[in-house]
Amino acid sequence: MEKRNWRERGLGMVVPLLAILIWQWVASAGLVNPQVLPAPLAVGRKWVEYLLPLQRFEEQVGASWWSWAFSGELVVDTLTSLYRVVVGFGIGAALALPLGLAMGASPRVYAWMNPLVQILRPIPPIAYIPLAILWFGLGNPPAVFLIALGAFFPVLMNTIAGVRQVDGIYLRAARSLGAGRGTMFLRVILPAAVPYILSGVRIGIGTAFIVVIVSEMIAVNNGLGFRILEAREYFWSDKIIAGMITIGMLGLAIDIGMNRLNNYLLRWHRGLEH
Amino acid sequence: MEAHIRIQNVGKVFASGRRQVVALQDIDLAIPRGQFTCLLGPSGCGKSTLLNAVAGFSAPSSGGITVDGAPVTAPGPERGMVFQEYALFPWMTVEKNIAFGLEIKGLAKSRIAGTVEKLLHMLSLLEFRARYPKDLSGGMRQRVAIARVLALDAPIMLMDEPFGALDALTRRNLQDELLRIWMETRKTILFVTHSIEEALYLADRIVVMTYRPGTVKRDLTVDLPRLRDPAAPAFNDLKRELGQLVMEEQQRHHNDERRMAAVD
Repeated sequence: MEKRNWRERGLGMVVPLLAILIWQWVASAGLVNPQVLPAPLAVGRKWVEYLLPLQRFEEQVGASWWSWAFSGELVVDTLTSLYRVVVGFGIGAALALPLGLAMGASPRVYAWMNPLVQILRPIPPIAYIPLAILWFGLGNPPAVFLIALGAFFPVLMNTIAGVRQVDGIYLRAARSLGAGRGTMFLRVILPAAVPYILSGVRIGIGTAFIVVIVSEMIAVNNGLGFRILEAREYFWSDKIIAGMITIGMLGLAIDIGMNRLNNYLLRWHRGLEH
Repeated sequence: MEAHIRIQNVGKVFASGRRQVVALQDIDLAIPRGQFTCLLGPSGCGKSTLLNAVAGFSAPSSGGITVDGAPVTAPGPERGMVFQEYALFPWMTVEKNIAFGLEIKGLAKSRIAGTVEKLLHMLSLLEFRARYPKDLSGGMRQRVAIARVLALDAPIMLMDEPFGALDALTRRNLQDELLRIWMETRKTILFVTHSIEEALYLADRIVVMTYRPGTVKRDLTVDLPRLRDPAAPAFNDLKRELGQLVMEEQQRHHNDERRMAAVD
């Protein structure tokens, strides 16, 4: 099992390595202008430079080693972007979850709220950028607002669907065991809806991640999205690609983390036995 | 003997599109305490409808049902229900599923643990206590569902084709287990099945129902001694007799389906 796993991983590396080799060859053969497409080695060098602190430790006065190690531009940018995703997603999901539960469980709440939701839902968060700047000015607030908006609807829609699809037989079984409304909701409907809610959370985080990059290109002056846009102004294409790779790795890390959480929370669920 | 469950002139009408389907008509049954009764009939004869009415899931259109003289208006823990689809909560372990009813009742943790322990033992589930339902076979799942109902010590057990989805060996195994439990606890059991042999193997009394409208076709007391031998002549005589009755209804069901298909 373990052996096969390594073999699969090894096979998985072949195509990416090949792509990098071709890319390196195209660049070093001088086929393209390095400002348009820098060589992978140059990108790698830039990435390390971007990761390391700007000043040497000795030059920095009155700072601990720890804060020095985290003072690299890349580290600061990644943490700021991540911070915005976490706060924005947290606000969006915290609003969507109770509303979704209420809309899923109560036909009356659903009838009241659904038309508004259906009108607002198709508007992409990006379209709120002008309004966000008008309302919240520049800096973190408009970015967080946009991210929350991006996370809100996927979590909402999936929560509603999750509550509505709960199999009637669980409700009947619980009622015949004497469950009242509170128990029914907390111990039957909510857990039965968790698979749907989690897939909404996953989509919501994905959207939040897209929106953070876009909103950083507009409203703030740090973060990964800002950095790659800034690099373009100086024609630092190696830095643009280094930033993009970081965004990709961060997204992958978030997805892997979500997957782990999913597998843990849904360990009772059919078809998730790995 | 005073009736434990009293079913009085019960009728049930469903609206199915523009048509009205009379699922039950004038059902009148008095079920004494401790009796093992089987409702037998082909699909569509309303036996599950009747069971659901006793369970309190759907009220009859006419007539009434009382348990110990009190009218049935809603589901309640004194009438434990075992479903063909098990209906275990998949997010709870075996232990948690069994404990659920007791937790709703608000019993002390130590008492719950004691009851759960006893039931795990009684239904040979000890090794499976920490498993989730998805990891259990159908037979094991139905054991958990029975334990879940027994936990509340309901005087009545309602069983809706509980062994219908199981293979023959597991089925016989669970039938024996159920008989053992019934003899120990002397609960009143109302058991729905379309298997003649199952009804004969288990029941004190077999109520054969007609296909649409569902009425009582034959109310039969089975006084063969237990454990019954399905190969015994007396068993087979009854089986032949019941088979005749059920087949007549099955034929009506079949004709009805053909007529419906012709209309479409």
